Amino acid sequence: MSEMRKKRPKYLNLFQIKLPLPGVVSFMHRVSGAGLFILLPLILWLFTASLGTPASFLDFKAVAGNLLVKLFLLAALAGYCYHFCAGIRFLFMDMNMGVDLPAARRSSVMVIAGAAILTLAIGVKLW
Amino acid sequence: MVNRIVVGAHYGIKDWLAQRITGVVMAAYSLYFLGALLGLGEVNYDSWHALFASGITRVFTLIFFLSLFYHAWVGVRDIFMDYIKPTGLRLALHALVILALIGYAAWVAQVLWRL
Repeated sequence: MSEMRKKRPKYLNLFQIKLPLPGVVSFMHRVSGAGLFILLPLILWLFTASLGTPASFLDFKAVAGNLLVKLFLLAALAGYCYHFCAGIRFLFMDMNMGVDLPAARRSSVMVIAGAAILTLAIGVKLW
Repeated sequence: MVNRIVVGAHYGIKDWLAQRITGVVMAAYSLYFLGALLGLGEVNYDSWHALFASGITRVFTLIFFLSLFYHAWVGVRDIFMDYIKPTGLRLALHALVILALIGYAAWVAQVLWRL
């Protein structure tokens, strides 16, 4: 009985693991989500200013036009587009689609490419 | 084959499902918002204001943000459960996140219903 029991909890050494591409995509989904959560106050503040008075709208335009803020917003947009694409991939996997390794690798590449294209398209339009 | 009796309050399945439903809602809103923004033409104070003052967009925007805050709660809680080992610290962070998200929800509702 006792020799059948597995040693729990199991701690994995992250520096000895070579994460495969689907694992990288999954982990980046978490990182982008955490980043978006941290940026929420800034985004909500900008949203509030944009919908306030005509004067606060001009404030919003001035702040959002600042190069540093613009780069920040572009990073947030990239995070959003990435989280969007990777999330849709997970929804398909929940429906048992694309769960085998070759398909999971293919869809991982699609997520990264899709997020890059979306970010580029929206970013160019906004800039 | 795992043969076990599932008991308990089923928080796991509820959050798993909520995470997906809120995700789908946000994805749908993202497309809706992108379409609305492109349909706006020139974005100035008046057109931007009018977009969010319209009934459908206002309600959909609120539903989007509420979905986002619930989604963020499940996600951030999972991150804390994975990386923050001391129970007291983890619970304190959970409380802070819940309070912040409730505050954000009130904030967004107030912005939208002031229009």
